[in-house]
Amino acid sequence: MGSDFTLNRRRLLQGAAAGATVAALAGLPTARRAYAADFTVGFIYVGPHDDFGYNQAHAQGAAAVKKMAGVKVLEEENVPEDVAVEKSMESMIQQDGAKLLFPTSFGYFDPHILKIAPKYADVRFEHAAGLWTDKLPKNIGSYFGYIFEAQFINGIVAGHTSKSGKLGFVAAKPIPQVLQNINAFTLGAKLVNPKATTQVIFTGDWSMPVKEAEACNSMIDQGVDTVTMHVDSPKVVTQTAEKRGAMTCGYHCSQAALAPAGYLTGAEWNWTDLYPKFVTMAMKGEMIPNFYRGGFKEGLIKQSPYGAKVGDAAKKQADEVKAALSAGTYLIFKGPLKDNKGKEVIAAGASLSQSNESDVQLESMHFLVEGVLGDLPG
Amino acid sequence: MMGEEAVTATPRVGLPSASILPGLRALANALVQPVAALIVSLLLFGLFVAFAGVNPLHVYAYMFQGSFGSWFSVQNSVTRASPLILTALCTALPAQLGLMIIGGEGALVMGGLFAALVGVGMNGASPLLVQCTMALVAMVAGGIWIALAGGLRHWRGVNETISSLLLVYIAIAILNHVVEGPFRDPKSLNKPSSPSIGDANLIGNIPGTEIHWGLVFGLIACVIAYVLINRTAFGFSARVAGGNVRAARMVGLPVGRLVLTVCFLGGAAAGLAGMVEVAAVQERANASLIAGYGYTGILVSFLARHNPLAIVPVAILLGGIGASGGLLQRHLDLPDAATVVLQGILFVVILASETYQGRLRLFPERAGE
Repeated sequence: MGSDFTLNRRRLLQGAAAGATVAALAGLPTARRAYAADFTVGFIYVGPHDDFGYNQAHAQGAAAVKKMAGVKVLEEENVPEDVAVEKSMESMIQQDGAKLLFPTSFGYFDPHILKIAPKYADVRFEHAAGLWTDKLPKNIGSYFGYIFEAQFINGIVAGHTSKSGKLGFVAAKPIPQVLQNINAFTLGAKLVNPKATTQVIFTGDWSMPVKEAEACNSMIDQGVDTVTMHVDSPKVVTQTAEKRGAMTCGYHCSQAALAPAGYLTGAEWNWTDLYPKFVTMAMKGEMIPNFYRGGFKEGLIKQSPYGAKVGDAAKKQADEVKAALSAGTYLIFKGPLKDNKGKEVIAAGASLSQSNESDVQLESMHFLVEGVLGDLPG
Repeated sequence: MMGEEAVTATPRVGLPSASILPGLRALANALVQPVAALIVSLLLFGLFVAFAGVNPLHVYAYMFQGSFGSWFSVQNSVTRASPLILTALCTALPAQLGLMIIGGEGALVMGGLFAALVGVGMNGASPLLVQCTMALVAMVAGGIWIALAGGLRHWRGVNETISSLLLVYIAIAILNHVVEGPFRDPKSLNKPSSPSIGDANLIGNIPGTEIHWGLVFGLIACVIAYVLINRTAFGFSARVAGGNVRAARMVGLPVGRLVLTVCFLGGAAAGLAGMVEVAAVQERANASLIAGYGYTGILVSFLARHNPLAIVPVAILLGGIGASGGLLQRHLDLPDAATVVLQGILFVVILASETYQGRLRLFPERAGE
């Protein structure tokens, strides 16, 4: 028996060695840079590109760039916020000649982009959600949208359609960008129904499918009939709510396909407009603004089409407010505004506008408005 | 093809004494099995991608290019391997005692957190002192974490596999609590983090390369672990207790102390990996520490059959698979999961090939030698 094995194994080794040689010879020429003439753009996602959420919204933007002539798009998904993203960026630059990179996860910025960007002055790094300051390298840019405007519209629609007036919010972490959404959603609902409340549950991290489902179920058990969320993938919350017969307002991108019955509307990123614009500017050699933010007015966000359960009154009011937001005449966080402990957080006459003047204050938000049931740590 | 060079470096337990020839023969015999398993895995993976509609030859070519095909790729692979070398020791050392510890991720997280606490707390002291203290404290933190699992096993009979895994969740919860609450840098708005340990305290790269010093720490740790296990009375006692714990007790070996010490050492290695992540990569403690190195370390340890020296080439091999994943995604539209599939195939094939251990004699001894 032993000798049989010897023969087989030896033959196998020889065959494999021959195969490997052929592989190397056949494959290597194509592995060279084949797109040197094209303008190469790289996208890096922290999760799967088809997560019905944060990453899918960016991948939709990448898909829009792919349609442009003379552009080669590179994509990598599930890249952690450590050495891996540094190497992915450098690999896209060194091995594929990328000139413009969109490393899209918040955690890629500091220290990873800040470490790599100075080494490649001719490559542009565009990062979502960061706060670029003029002390940082000029080849880095940060862009983001005031998506809480769309969560405000979500709240108006939910305020109209909810029968119990009890709304639910599944949130990842108590950080400013999440608190903006919870507060805007609640303020929108209270505009319609001053008694409306938003129960908030923090799951602790961006992707916690089991906890998200538990949070959603327990809120529905307590009488919540409409939920929304701010986690990386709204898929679990949306599907859980749909199964329980509750209504959902979406986030990041449209989840309408996951909840044909209960999907009301959703707060969506509009990267499909922004990314081709940035790529065009980069190809022409124009400078993309280092700090770029906007809401409905600037076209950085959009609203999912209304679902079947949204009535005419809800549509009318939501459309009116959206028109005012698009015109730039509507403020969401304006005084007098109290938090849910009764403390005044914005004085009468003061406001946090959706503009660059208020960005730092918005990004430092640490309160939950009156009507939110939940606590902040610290 | 990829990684054969790496495996060739696999050392053999027990070196030749009188003549070099039997040693070489033993080495060759020891190498045949992992190399064959690697080739079989690559062939199976080729079959898998062929079903996904991709030419396997292109896959192999990109894998080679992305992992070891250029100096950039080599550095990429080795950098990714550095934390794996240390976290693999967290499984490999207790395995000598027959303990199956899979909680290296928790020890890494605790090590990283405590390294950051020390680094921030000692800001202003001489960088070398800060770095050494960070490393020491991280090792103690990680060591205690895994020693907890060892202690539960020894005194309360709790299964160490389960307890070490559950301790990971506790470690992550502690990390999140500390960096979101008492130890949060007020400037870290949307990504709760500890304050930065400061540029001066970073350990940086090996001169002339883009590989951080974590690699050297890993190599030293593996050599120490090898000597400890194979060349000392302590290591011998540990292996005896791992082979037959009742016999070990009969001859009076201090089994409890062995369990705690070996678990502590394993945890210390993973804790050091956490310190390296903080001091060479992240500059602060935050949720980015939870990158799964602890779990990939388990795979590395098994593939290396818990041999501390074999861990190094295996970790580099897996680092190479990780490094090549990007090219496969970018050029062949394979999903990220493709590299996970290859890791899975490799794991199963290597475990299956253990069946043939000792039964394959491609270089048999001849009479008279």
